[in-house]
Amino acid sequence: MAENNQPAAVYAALKEQAEQNRNRLFEKPLILIGAATCGRAAGALKLTQAVKDELSRLQLEANVVEVGCMGHCYAEPVMVIYNEGFPPLAYGNVNDEVGVRIIRDYLVDGDPGFEFALVALEPNDFFPTFSDFPRGVHENKIVLSQCGFIDPQNIDHYLALGGYSALVKALGAEPDAIIAAVKDAGLRGRGGAGFPTGVKWEICRRAQGSPKYLICNADEGDPGAFMDRTILESTPHALLEGMIIAGLAVGAEKGYIYIRAEYPLAVERISLAIRQAEEKGLLGANILGAGFNFAIEVFQGSGAFVCGEETALIASIEGRAGIPANKPPFPADAGLWGKPTIINNVKTFAYVPHIINNGADWFRSIGTGTNPGTAIFALAGKIESTGLVEVPMSTTLNELIFEAGGGIAGGKQFKAVQIGGPSGGCLPESALATPIDFDSLVGAGAMMGSGGMVVLDEDDCMVEIARYFLDFTRKESCGKCTFCRLGTKQMLDILERITKGRGEPEDIDLLMELAAKVKEGSLCNLGKTAPNPVLSTIKHFRGEYEAHIKEKRCPSLMCKDLIAYYILPDKCERSCDACVGSCPAEAIFSNEDRIKVIDQEKCVKCDSCKVACPPQYAAITKLSPPSEVAAREQREGAK
Amino acid sequence: MTDRITLVIDGKTVSAVAGEMLLWVALDNDIYIPHLCGSRDDQEKPASCRLCFVEVDGRPLPVTACTLPVSEGLVVRTGGERVDALVATGFELLMSNHRLDCKNCPANGDCALQQIAKTRKLKLKPKKLPVLERDLTVDDSVPGILFDPNKCVLCGHCIKACLRDGNGILGFTRRGFERVISTFGDLPLAESECSGCGSCAAVCPVGAWSAHLHAEAF
Repeated sequence: MAENNQPAAVYAALKEQAEQNRNRLFEKPLILIGAATCGRAAGALKLTQAVKDELSRLQLEANVVEVGCMGHCYAEPVMVIYNEGFPPLAYGNVNDEVGVRIIRDYLVDGDPGFEFALVALEPNDFFPTFSDFPRGVHENKIVLSQCGFIDPQNIDHYLALGGYSALVKALGAEPDAIIAAVKDAGLRGRGGAGFPTGVKWEICRRAQGSPKYLICNADEGDPGAFMDRTILESTPHALLEGMIIAGLAVGAEKGYIYIRAEYPLAVERISLAIRQAEEKGLLGANILGAGFNFAIEVFQGSGAFVCGEETALIASIEGRAGIPANKPPFPADAGLWGKPTIINNVKTFAYVPHIINNGADWFRSIGTGTNPGTAIFALAGKIESTGLVEVPMSTTLNELIFEAGGGIAGGKQFKAVQIGGPSGGCLPESALATPIDFDSLVGAGAMMGSGGMVVLDEDDCMVEIARYFLDFTRKESCGKCTFCRLGTKQMLDILERITKGRGEPEDIDLLMELAAKVKEGSLCNLGKTAPNPVLSTIKHFRGEYEAHIKEKRCPSLMCKDLIAYYILPDKCERSCDACVGSCPAEAIFSNEDRIKVIDQEKCVKCDSCKVACPPQYAAITKLSPPSEVAAREQREGAK
Repeated sequence: MTDRITLVIDGKTVSAVAGEMLLWVALDNDIYIPHLCGSRDDQEKPASCRLCFVEVDGRPLPVTACTLPVSEGLVVRTGGERVDALVATGFELLMSNHRLDCKNCPANGDCALQQIAKTRKLKLKPKKLPVLERDLTVDDSVPGILFDPNKCVLCGHCIKACLRDGNGILGFTRRGFERVISTFGDLPLAESECSGCGSCAAVCPVGAWSAHLHAEAF
């Protein structure tokens, strides 16, 4: 019994110390600055420096902590201030000037600057909280709950809020009981395929072969996806705790985090988290004195998208070229160095501590029967409030885009939503009632993928979108198997032909046939899913393909070869020549009426004139097909 | 102890060692299945040419014969609407990237691509797909060996042969459509450690590698 009590006792001491350390932060005003990659891109580091300089100039005592991202990327840089007298407030779009002003007004004059505040973090009489906004109503944060609120570089923050308590619980349980809990919870792999995590763990636990390995797939490569990066940068210990518990469950003593080298900050923060967990005895030999050893090593991928495929990922760690192999054998039977290996996504591992702590029933109470829990999406594209959202499975696309995401940016018309990255599909307006879960999205012709969601509006050409994604998979194909190597190349050539106005009537059928065969014949899931953007855009937006092919017209005015720029004579302001100066090709001249006219022969369609034309005139428009220009000039009398 | 089992391929009952891959069992019983990349002794099956698809009772999707271990009662068809269409497209894709010059090709008459076309009644010249010429440099730097990468179907037999008989100087390089077989650093064969053994030419199924006589030899 004494042995069983040891982890709990060691943990209690660690937690108490952590609480003391964290509580000390609140003895002075506490300023949190969202300094994950998204915040830094928006100027968070500059803001941090400005805030620190201002504090020292004013000789004010305050704690400034760089935290991760709370998901509201549209409002970066985000700053949070905990100060007496008011509830903690989060401020959005805080550039360094605004930041300095808030510090001065709030900490010196006692004015919290509500005009800059985004949201209050606790219920109060002054200012709305997250639950007062549609996004907060729809969100149910489990994995992301601490992102942006704790210091990812200080393990005490995670510990003080109960972090690693699930590990203590797991250390006192039988491995089979841990697996049973994950199975009962119905957790499905969040990398995209949705395979039941508990079943995978059980196969690995029962598999012959020793030692066993654990791999966290953090090779997040879909364009527009940044869920895993945010977790790594904002709450790295949640991942570590999930991995240690998984190691305990399947009987592995070594885990790898395969993370793309393009995520330097994530690499830095997860590496620091590993060192801190080791120092506290939560990772390494004889964890919390329970006799269980588990080590975690960070392995940096070199930028090949295909290394997100598990067999290619394993080959890459083994030092071979990252090229997929035939399955079976599956990694759970024969993976890294031929040994039973569990590969799970970052998010999958990050759910595990919550399931162990709160139980399978709790997890099942969120989402639906076959898709329990939450879904984490990276909202990107033409959406008002970009960022990360975590909503219960079964939330509809409509709710996610128009309520949680605030609708389409700039008052434009929704056209489609691209889900699942280059492996996913584009869904039209008619599919907006689709609930978000693994099975419904596949049924609708897209896929959950790892959680990238790109919203497209009326200005996006669906043929060009298909071409863009296929260009991506064509470049990222490893080239091993015939269908993917040559099929993606042939399909891309056809799509390029269509976007350049050289499409043939039979091209749509040929594309569909090739797409079906590449899906069926490819060796790995990169090839098997690469045609999805093509198939889904043809299915839902066939009319756009036909306009490109038959009329040589791009309805969204996006495909350069099918459009021309035109200056509306009745809108052009004679005395203004902003467009003339902006044109790099000297293609714009004034006619005898001093109306500007574009020489179509010289125009390179760079869009500079349209940007330069003052909004009060908005005289420059795009026409498709280009022959429209001559017709309009005839009609409108410009020469 | 090897368990012998019986299975049915195209209506013919055959006997085989349990666990052997279907492709080799079929070939041993004079049932031809198109294939380019596999070898019987492969440690890791490449399964990359994607031409040996068969239909298996109880499986909803076509399966590659080179990765399907045979078992008692297995019922397999090497043809069928779905498999035929899949193989036809895979073959056309390969042919869209194979420089077709049978008349002058040393493999003419003994070429795996000709064999597949003949047995499956497929055209060597792509019907629907445009030909993707890459115009890669032909390597004839080592006497007795000629490598025309424009004909290569990336089956990898030369790499295995070179490891076995030569100095193991060949490998796959680059990726996607640019994937090729080459020496380390893309050196011409003569500047690599090529032993000149010619095993590559002996195993190449499509005439990309061939035994070659230099003009000076005459």
